[in-house]
Amino acid sequence: MVSAAYTREEILQLLSQIADPEIPVVTIQEIGMLQDVHITDDGCQVIITPTYTGCPAMGIIEADVKALLDKHGINSTVKLVYHPAWTTDNITDVAKEKMKQYGIAPPVHSGCDVAGAEAHIACPQCGSSSTEQISRFGSTACKALYKCNECKEPFEYFKCH
Amino acid sequence: MADINELKYTYSLRLADNAWILSHRLSEWCSNGPFLEEDLALTNIALDLIGRAQAFYNYAAELEGKGRTADDWAYRRNERQYYNNLLAEMPNGNFADTIARQLFMSVYEYYFFMSLQNSKDETFAALAAKTLKEVKYHIVHAADWVVRLGDGTAESHNKIQQAINGLWMYTGELFDTDETDIMLSEQGIGVDNQSLQTLWETHISEVLEEATLKIPEAEYMQTGGRQGIHTEHLGRMLGEMQYLQRAYPDAKW
Repeated sequence: MVSAAYTREEILQLLSQIADPEIPVVTIQEIGMLQDVHITDDGCQVIITPTYTGCPAMGIIEADVKALLDKHGINSTVKLVYHPAWTTDNITDVAKEKMKQYGIAPPVHSGCDVAGAEAHIACPQCGSSSTEQISRFGSTACKALYKCNECKEPFEYFKCH
Repeated sequence: MADINELKYTYSLRLADNAWILSHRLSEWCSNGPFLEEDLALTNIALDLIGRAQAFYNYAAELEGKGRTADDWAYRRNERQYYNNLLAEMPNGNFADTIARQLFMSVYEYYFFMSLQNSKDETFAALAAKTLKEVKYHIVHAADWVVRLGDGTAESHNKIQQAINGLWMYTGELFDTDETDIMLSEQGIGVDNQSLQTLWETHISEVLEEATLKIPEAEYMQTGGRQGIHTEHLGRMLGEMQYLQRAYPDAKW
């Protein structure tokens, strides 16, 4: 298989459709994980920045990338790079809005003080900032558990990182 | 002088071992936590540590260049071939024992990775920067609990004080400095481990004071983990952890 028919930009375009396995409303490009594509002799190398080191979604993303490119006849390898480190600031504003619609409060700025700034996160359901942290650790490594004192709904918050 | 890649390999392996062994201990809490949120918290931290272990094992593999994988190190070594700190392998005990171990380890890791993020080695620096973000959450979690238990009921106070006292003799080893540490530190690649001790002690004292707990008197400190000489607990842990790979080598999911 050769990828001569596809340019770097075209491959990036294809990959930009891949959804995050945990938060399917946003893509791996919008969340800032898709870094680059290098065309190689026998296909391409896709550069991905992991979010959390132990994020189990990484394996799925790698498989999704390979499967999609395979469908287009492109041979690929996936390389994880840790430099520069991924931060929640890499998440686009559009993706943050999509997260909110999906019911997950988007992260505040990564420069924030972990204990302080995350005390009053606006509720993604009703917008109230009268909320309480239930647990700093939620259903996935990247999220914390909150509840809204106004509409009484529990919700997840994507931690700043 | 030893080859620089060999030193970095040893260094990476030790960091991976610490993360891997502690992560396994925390994962033993899965479904045994005192309540659901805490169960999630402990296993989330375990997950961060598994990811960290994998990243440092992968880097060790790259430096060694013999095609070994993270699984080879995790599942196919005997206890004498592990180089984690003894503190990481200490049994979970009661919840206070686990929390005291978390506080001691997390505070150490915080200062360690804070320093390592300035490493001249790009991979060490990048992994340290990433790890540091996760450790900040681990520290807040452990310190909150130490204060809550220490400044709680008489029973919780006694349990966390006993846990602190019992684990104290394993904390000195965190600052052990051998030839590998010195050589890498001199080259700006590794961390000056000894310089972290005062920072660690000050930080721990502040938390214990807030928790109305006593700082144990400095006594005998047990070491040996980094030379592969472990407590009896590691062997038992490996027995369970490695069972599947030993019984069915190369078993695939």
